[in-house]
Amino acid sequence: MSKPLRILAAAAALIAAFASWLAWPDLLEPADIEATPLDLSAERIARGEYLARAGNCIGCHTAPGGAPFAGGRAIRTPFGDVYSTNITPDPETGIGGWTTADFWRAMHHGRSKDGRRLYPAFPYPSYTYVTREDSDAIFAYLMSLPPVSSPRIEPALRFPYNSRFALQVWRALYFRPAELEPDAERGETWNRGAYLVEGLGHCKACHSPRGRLGGIDPDAAYAGGRLPGAGWEAPPLNPAGTMTDAEAADLARLLSTGISKRTAVSGPMADVVFTSLQHLSDDDIGAIVAYVRTLPAAPPAPASRRPFSPDRYRDVLAAGATIYRERCADCHGRNGEGKPYVYPPLAGNRLVTAPEPTNLIRNVMLGGFPPSTHGNPRPYGMPPFAHQLGAADAAAVLTYIRTSWGNDAPPVTADDVERR
Amino acid sequence: MEAAGTLMHRTPLLVLLALCAAALTVSASEQSQDDLEMAERLVACASCHGEAGRSNSETYFPSIAGKPAGYLYAQLEHYRAGRRRHQIMEGLLANLSDEYLREIAEYYARQQPKWTPPSLPEADARLERGRKLVDDGDPELGVPSCRACHGERLTGIAPTIPGLLGLRPEYLSGQLGAWRTGARRAASPDCMAEIAQRLSPADLGAATAYIASLPLPEDHHPAEGPPTSLPLECGVVE
Repeated sequence: MSKPLRILAAAAALIAAFASWLAWPDLLEPADIEATPLDLSAERIARGEYLARAGNCIGCHTAPGGAPFAGGRAIRTPFGDVYSTNITPDPETGIGGWTTADFWRAMHHGRSKDGRRLYPAFPYPSYTYVTREDSDAIFAYLMSLPPVSSPRIEPALRFPYNSRFALQVWRALYFRPAELEPDAERGETWNRGAYLVEGLGHCKACHSPRGRLGGIDPDAAYAGGRLPGAGWEAPPLNPAGTMTDAEAADLARLLSTGISKRTAVSGPMADVVFTSLQHLSDDDIGAIVAYVRTLPAAPPAPASRRPFSPDRYRDVLAAGATIYRERCADCHGRNGEGKPYVYPPLAGNRLVTAPEPTNLIRNVMLGGFPPSTHGNPRPYGMPPFAHQLGAADAAAVLTYIRTSWGNDAPPVTADDVERR
Repeated sequence: MEAAGTLMHRTPLLVLLALCAAALTVSASEQSQDDLEMAERLVACASCHGEAGRSNSETYFPSIAGKPAGYLYAQLEHYRAGRRRHQIMEGLLANLSDEYLREIAEYYARQQPKWTPPSLPEADARLERGRKLVDDGDPELGVPSCRACHGERLTGIAPTIPGLLGLRPEYLSGQLGAWRTGARRAASPDCMAEIAQRLSPADLGAATAYIASLPLPEDHHPAEGPPTSLPLECGVVE
């Protein structure tokens, strides 16, 4: 073979390799998927409703103030906004014309009935683990809903992320349709938890750091992540890598009621408890906790840019202590001990001591209520302080609570507060 | 024998009456105990709307004590659904149940409002125009008197039409301005939006200055409702 020919052959081989890599997730997708008959028995619909709760479909597929499951909610990503779609059985604008096979293709392969690859804002890298039987049950439930006309809204993504090619590259990099193999070494409870956390619950989607292209490094999964657009941090799920039985029981209570002895949910997690987790059975919540407590420890937070020393912060701490006594101590206690299940303690509270103070700042400035749940129907609320505390005062009191009563977290600056 | 028989006969009735009285006393004290507990649950609200919903500060935040429960519930629901916009209100209410919102609305509806006179210039030239709009409306603009819907005494009509007294002029004109631009909306047909759009900004300012200058009457309660006839079609009373 002459030299030019050899170069040509090598180039062709490279292109072929790249093309097959690019097409890999598609090659794992069978051309024909069998449509199982749609079973609309009450039992099947009820099962589907429960599973749809576990997947929190309603959370994204409902616009604020809009009809449930009719879509239209903006999902913010670093690459632009995509809009959730209408999954009511409306034949024109919803999924009324779909079969169980079409729905399974979307859940398992991330592809719509019309052949379009779906944007991974729809968490199919997690939903791919949902079994066919559960997918069919969810579809049956959705088909039992009243149809609502609500047309698709085109995504508003920036170039080059708006191209089909970019989506194909993303899928080749980060997505493989797969089933979750049960771990025979672990019990049924742990395996059920793995299925809920890795699959329907799609916990990883928020609670993991994402790379520049929006992918999740499997080694860093569940180490905590930043929610684009929302201004909240999703904390690591098992920060220490171990959890005592008491901590596990607390976590179970937090997930099903929104409040525990140690803390309360806020921000997007309050949404998740309100629309999803409070409706799960105690067994499933227990399974989720059993799995979460075996997740690897989060990597240690990078050393703070602002090392704390009481001497340098003497004035700030004195100001913070005064503000704390006047505005916080009535509820949270003189020593940050709080009142269990009513006012969360601040001593030893991970929301208070998180490396990034984002969630803490938002809780203090904007206030909030934990969600109304079956276990806590009339929650106590945290007042908003945005109208009462300037940035410097807020920073002082936050620095005080982050460094008192055994808490040992980096100080907060007025800039941090203003950026929240 | 006759007398004793009557007394015997009446004893169950007396016992019943005594039990009723006891029950009433208990429910009265329970209610205030409930209100104390609600106040604790709702410190988040008090930080802007004042203790028991009586905002008497020089701030924008309205008093909500004594407003009709149906009106308050509708507002809470609007904020939760993002139909009425306010970052803090939307965030606070995002995950509260219908039942809890109703309970919150009922709690504030049974609180006693308090009136602090606003500092308005004594001879405000706008007040005469404002009085005319409030009392008579302006037929040429197709604007009815405020009293036609908000009650003869402007204390509202239960359960959904709010009273207008005891609110600061900045708040009142802010709301009407928001209705005029579509930033605030109510259930359709939105009669308040129609009226706000028929009035000029100067007229809105005059009407709200006049309303804010009126004292809150001793009996602040909204009139019994629902209203029988309104000059416009209003979605909120449907």
